[in-house]
Amino acid sequence: MAEERKRKPMIGLQSDTDWSEYRGVMVVVEQRAGVAKAVSWQLLGEARRLADKLESPLLALVIGHQVQGLAREAGYHGADRVYICDSPELASYRTRPYSRVCLYVIREYKPEIVLMGATYAGRDLAGAIATHLPTGLTADSTQLDVDDERLLLASRPAFSEKMLATILCKQFKPQMATARAGVFEALPRDEARSAEIVVVPPQIDPEDISTQVLGFVESLERVNLEDADVIVAGGRGLGGPGAFSLLKELADALGGEVGASRAAVDLGWIGHDHQVGQTGTTVRPKLYIAVGISGAVQHVVGMQNSTYIVAINKDSEAPIFRFANYGIKGDLFQIVPALAQAVRARRSGGLSPEGVLEPMSAAGRGE
Amino acid sequence: MLHLVVCIKQVPDSREIRIDPKTNTLVRLGVPAIINYYDLHGLEEALRLKDEFGARVTVVSMGPPSAEKALRQCVSMGADEAVLVSDRAFAGADTLATSYVVALTIQKVEERWGTVDIVFCGKQTLDGDTGQVGPGVACRLDIDQLTYVEKLESLDLETREVTVHRHLEDGVERVKARLPVLITALAELNRPRRASLPGILRAARYQPIVWTTNDFPTIDRAKIGLRGSPTIVSKTWVPEPKQVQTEWLPSEDSAAAATALLDHLYSTDLPQKLGWA
Amino acid sequence: MADERFDAVVVGAGPAGSAAAYTMAKAGLKVALIERGEFPGAKNIFGGVIYRRQLEDLIPEFWKEAPLERTVVQQSMWVLGEESAVMLGHHNQRYKDPPNCWTGLRVKFDQWFAGKAEQAGAVPIYETVVTQILRDGERVVGVKTDRDDGELYADIVILADGVNSLLGKQLGIHHEWGPDEVSLAVKEVIALPRQTIQDRFNLEGDEGCTIEIVGQTCQMAGLGFLYTNQDTISLGVGVMVSDLKKARVKPYAVLDGLKQHPMIRKLIRGGEVKEYSGHLIPEGGFNSMPKLAGDGWMVVGDAAQMVNAVHREGTNLAVTSGRLAGETAIEAHKVGHFGVGALDAYTRKIRESIIHKDLKKYRGVHQLLGFGDSSLLFDKMPQALNDAIYNMLLVDGMPKKEKQKKVMRYFREAAGGNAELVRLGMKGWRAMNG
Ligand SMILES: Cc1cc2nc3c(=O)[nH]c(=O)nc-3n(C[C@H](O)[C@H](O)[C@H](O)COP(=O)(O)OP(=O)(O)OC[C@H]3O[C@@H](n4cnc5c(N)ncnc54)[C@H](O)[C@@H]3O)c2cc1C
Ligand SMILES: Cc1cc2nc3c(=O)[nH]c(=O)nc-3n(C[C@H](O)[C@H](O)[C@H](O)COP(=O)(O)OP(=O)(O)OC[C@H]3O[C@@H](n4cnc5c(N)ncnc54)[C@H](O)[C@@H]3O)c2cc1C
Ligand SMILES: Nc1ncnc2c1ncn2[C@@H]1O[C@H](COP(=O)(O)O)[C@@H](O)[C@H]1O
Repeated sequence: MAEERKRKPMIGLQSDTDWSEYRGVMVVVEQRAGVAKAVSWQLLGEARRLADKLESPLLALVIGHQVQGLAREAGYHGADRVYICDSPELASYRTRPYSRVCLYVIREYKPEIVLMGATYAGRDLAGAIATHLPTGLTADSTQLDVDDERLLLASRPAFSEKMLATILCKQFKPQMATARAGVFEALPRDEARSAEIVVVPPQIDPEDISTQVLGFVESLERVNLEDADVIVAGGRGLGGPGAFSLLKELADALGGEVGASRAAVDLGWIGHDHQVGQTGTTVRPKLYIAVGISGAVQHVVGMQNSTYIVAINKDSEAPIFRFANYGIKGDLFQIVPALAQAVRARRSGGLSPEGVLEPMSAAGRGE
Repeated sequence: MLHLVVCIKQVPDSREIRIDPKTNTLVRLGVPAIINYYDLHGLEEALRLKDEFGARVTVVSMGPPSAEKALRQCVSMGADEAVLVSDRAFAGADTLATSYVVALTIQKVEERWGTVDIVFCGKQTLDGDTGQVGPGVACRLDIDQLTYVEKLESLDLETREVTVHRHLEDGVERVKARLPVLITALAELNRPRRASLPGILRAARYQPIVWTTNDFPTIDRAKIGLRGSPTIVSKTWVPEPKQVQTEWLPSEDSAAAATALLDHLYSTDLPQKLGWA
Repeated sequence: MADERFDAVVVGAGPAGSAAAYTMAKAGLKVALIERGEFPGAKNIFGGVIYRRQLEDLIPEFWKEAPLERTVVQQSMWVLGEESAVMLGHHNQRYKDPPNCWTGLRVKFDQWFAGKAEQAGAVPIYETVVTQILRDGERVVGVKTDRDDGELYADIVILADGVNSLLGKQLGIHHEWGPDEVSLAVKEVIALPRQTIQDRFNLEGDEGCTIEIVGQTCQMAGLGFLYTNQDTISLGVGVMVSDLKKARVKPYAVLDGLKQHPMIRKLIRGGEVKEYSGHLIPEGGFNSMPKLAGDGWMVVGDAAQMVNAVHREGTNLAVTSGRLAGETAIEAHKVGHFGVGALDAYTRKIRESIIHKDLKKYRGVHQLLGFGDSSLLFDKMPQALNDAIYNMLLVDGMPKKEKQKKVMRYFREAAGGNAELVRLGMKGWRAMNG
C-alpha cells in the first residue's frame, strides 16, 4: 500500500490483563472553536449518575486549541477531573492526532468507562480508538447504566429501530459507548464546582499528520433540533407542505425550530433533517408542540423526554394525547395561527393575561 | 494503476425485518437480502474513479455464501474482482472482529493484485448500524480515514492527495489527505449506476473468489467470530413510552384555547427557563 | 451491444419462460432468461393452484423441492346468495398420494422455477425490460433491453411475456385485448396463524383447500376464489373487463363486497392484509390464440392466451407450452434451421397436446361470459339456487311437492320464463363441450 510509509503491524489482543486498576467514567468533550457540543454536557450529566453509582470519579477529556475555558466548563457541568490537551495542531478534529491523545490518556489514567457523543466526529474517533485498544464499543446508545459487577449496560436501538438491545463488554477495559444527542440531560451549570485540571502533552509529531483540514463551511439553514429549546412539529395532519409556514411562524414567535413526523417527511413536505423520532433526531426540548401528529411509538420515543408536551389534534383519541401535558382538540388551521398571534402579543408585552389581542401588523401573513 | 477496494455487506432489507416474539431474535428467513445501501455509494465512487483515471476495483465482503449474489451485483456494475471471505468461524462477529477479518482480507488482496490506494466503506450498515467497521479497518491497516464523505472533490495522482467534503452536524468540512486512505461514503456522494447488459452477462458467469480461514495462515483464531467479539448482547426488548396525565384545554374558540394554553405555560417554569419573562 | 450471442433468448421468467429456458439449458443450449421484475415472481400473481402433471413431465418429483404451500385435499364451489351459500365440495385423502395439486405463491414459486433454469445453465438477466424485438427483415434476430448496450442477439426468441405481451404486439400477432377477451383479477394475501387456518378449514398439517366462488360479484361475470396457504389466505375475484366497464365498478369494490359476505367474513376474520395486487387473465381461450411461431420466434403461455378459464388452469398450460417450445428449439438447433418451417413444429405440438384439446372443449365459454346479461348467470341464478335450497330445507309445514314447484319457480323467474331457462341450459352445455 503506502510505499512511502511503513505500516505498523496489526494490533493484538491483550488477553490476561488485570483490569482492576481501571476506575472512573470518562467523557470525551467534543468542541468546535472552543464551543462544546450540547451532547458532551448531556453525557457528563448521565455519566455523573454512573460514576456516583460506581463510587468512582467523573473524568472529562478536552482536546483542542485554546480550550482552557472548556476544561473549566467541564467542571461546572459535573466533572471531578479534567484532562486537557491543548495544542495548535489539535485546533480541528483529525482522527490520528486526536486518537493518539485519547489512547495516551486511557492507557495512562485507566478509566473503566469511556463515553462520547454519537456525532460524526465522535463515531469517527471512538471507532478508531476501540480498535486500537482493543475493546468493545457500543454505538449510538440511548440508555446507559452500570450493574453490580461494574459492567456498563449500554442500550441502543437495534433491528431497524424496532427494539432496544443492551450490550456489554466483559472482556476488556475501558468499556466504550457512543451515545445519541438529546437523550440525556445535562446538569445545571454550576460555577461553584471546580475540577482538578490535568494537562496532557500532545502525542504526535506534527510531521506525522498528513491529513489537513482545508476549511469548514457552516451550514446555516441546517436545522439544529438537538439543541433547540422549543420545537413545533407537524405531521400528516398538515395536509401539505404549505401549512409548515404556519408552524414556522409559531416556532419563530417562540424562538424555536420546526420539527416533523416521518409521515410528513416521507411525503416530501419537509426535509429529513426536520424529522423527529427513532429514525430521525431524538430531541429533548423544554417545550414540544405536536401539531397534526398522531403519536406513533416511533415518533414518541424521539420526543417523550421533552419537559412539556403540547398536542394539537382534531382526533381526541389520537395516542399523542397520552403523552401530552396539555391537549387541544381542534383544527390546527384555526389553533396554530391563533397561538402564534397570542404568543407574539404576550411576548411583546402588549397583552394582559385576560386582555384582548392587539391588532397585528403581521396578521394575514401566514398562508 | 490505482487500486481501489470496496467493502460491502449483504444485509436483510430492513423494511421487511421482523422480530420473533419468542426468541427475541431477528427473523431473517424470507427477508430479501440487499447490498447495504451506503456501500453501493462507495462502489459507485470507486467506479467513477475507474472511469476517470483507470483503476482496478476489488470488492470484498465477509459473510455467508449467499453473499456471492451481492458480489456478483458489484461485478455487474463494473468491479473487476470480488472476494468473499466466508467461514463458519467468522460467524457472530462484532465490529472489532469484523474489522480484523476485513483488514486481513485487504492485505491479502494487496499481496495478490498490488498495493491499495483507497478503501471505500459505507457510512454504516443497515443491520449492524454502527459505522465502526470502517474506522476499525483503517486503524488496523494503519491508514488515514475520511469518514462521512459527501463529495470527492479531487484526486491528484501526482501528489497522491485526495480532497473530500465531510458532512458534519453543523456544516461541511473540506479535508485533504494522503493516499492510502479509507473513505466512508454517504448517500449524497453519488447516484449508483445501473449495470449495463454486458456487465450483467459478465456477472452471471463470474465466480467470486472465496477465502476461508485456511487461506489466512497467520490468522489469530482468538480474534475472529464470536470468540473475538468483546461485545455481548445481553438482552433485547421493545420499549414502551411513558404516559402522562393530560390537561385538556377548552377548544371551541381557538383564540381562547391559545390564551388558555399560554396561561398554563406561563404558570410553569418555562418562561424562566426560556427567558420569556 | 453485448458481444455474446445466444442460442435462445426467453423474454419473461413466469412459468412459461422458465419452463422453456430450463428445457433448453438442460439440453446444453446457450440461453438468456430476461425478466423485468427485481427477481422472477416479484410482482407476479395468480390464485393459485399449481398442478402436478405437466410440471412433473419437466421436473420429476418437483414437489419435493419446490416451495409449495399446501397439498389440496379438498376443493369446493360455493354459490353465494346475499347472506347464504350453497356449497358443493369434495374432500379426499387420496389427493395426497399421489398429490394432485397444491396451493402456491408466485413470489416463491417463480423464483424457484427460474432458479432451476439458472442451475441448468440459463443466464439470468433480471430487472431488465425488453423494449423491442430486433429484426432483420422478417426474421427475429434478438431483443433490445432498457439497459446500456442493451441489445442481445440469438437464433431464437421465445416470447413468454404474459397476457399483455408488448412484444407480441410489436410482432403483429397480438392486438390490444378487447374488454371481452380478458378479465381483471384482484387479489389479497391475508395473513393468519397457521393453526387458525387449519382449524377454520378443517385441515391437518400441510393439507389445503380451495374454494371457487360464484355469485356476489356485483351482477357481473366473474368468479371469486379463496385458497389456503401455509400462513396466509389468497382471496380474490376476477371479473370480465367488459362488465367492469359497463357497470362502472372498481374491481377492488367487488373484492371488498366479497370480503363482507357473512360466509367469507368469518373465514378471514382477524387476518392482516399483506399484499394487494391486480392482474389480467386471458379469457379468449381457443378463439383468441394467435399465430404461435414464425421466423426466429415462438410465443408461449399467457402471451399466447393459453388459459383454461373454466378450470382456472394457466400455469400448467404455460409450463407445457414452454417445454414444447424449448423442445422445438433444441430440434431446430440440431438441424441449424430457425425459420418458420422449423419452428412451426411447435404449433403442431401444441395442436396435439392437451392444451389444444382442453381449450377447444371450452371454446364457447368466452361467448357465454360475454353473452349479454351477466347478471342472470352470476347473480340471479345463484340467488335463485340459494332461495330454492333455503325453502327445500326449511321446515314450515308446506308439503314437499308444493315446495318443489315453488323452487322451480325461483329459477324460472330468475331466467325470465321457461323457454329462457332451457335456452340457458343448452348454451351452458355447448360452451362447456366445444
Ligand atoms: C422502523 C420505523 C421507524 C419509524 N421512525 C419514525 C420516526 O423517526 N419519526 C416519526 O415521526 N415516525 C416514524 N415512523 C412512522 C410512524 O410509525 C408513523 O407512521 C408516523 O409517525 C405517523 O406520522 P403522523 O403522526 O404525522 O401521521 P398520522 O398518523 O397520519 O397522523 C396525522 C394526525 O393528524 C391529525 N389531523 C389531521 N388533520 C388535522 C387538522 N386539520 N387539525 C388537527 N389535527 C389533524 C389526525 O387526527 C392524525 O392524528 C417509523 C416507522 C417505522 C416502521
Ligand atoms: C388472479 C389469478 C389467478 C390465477 N389462478 C391460477 C391458478 O390457480 N392456477 C393456474 O394454473 N393458473 C392461474 N392463473 C393463471 C396463471 O397465473 C397464468 O396463466 C400463468 O402465470 C402464465 O404464465 P406465463 O409465464 O405465460 O406468464 P406470466 O406469469 O405473466 O409471466 C410473464 C413474465 O414476463 C415478464 N415480462 C413481461 N414483459 C416483459 C418485458 N418486456 N421484458 C422482460 N420481462 C417481461 C413479467 O414480469 C412476468 O414475470 C391465475 C391468474 C390470475 C391473474
Ligand atoms: N462483513 C463485512 N464485510 C465487508 N465490509 C463490511 C462488513 N461489515 C461492515 N462492512 C463495511 O463497514 C461499513 C460500516 O459497517 P458497520 O460498522 O456495521 O455500520 C459498511 O458500510 C461496510 O462498508
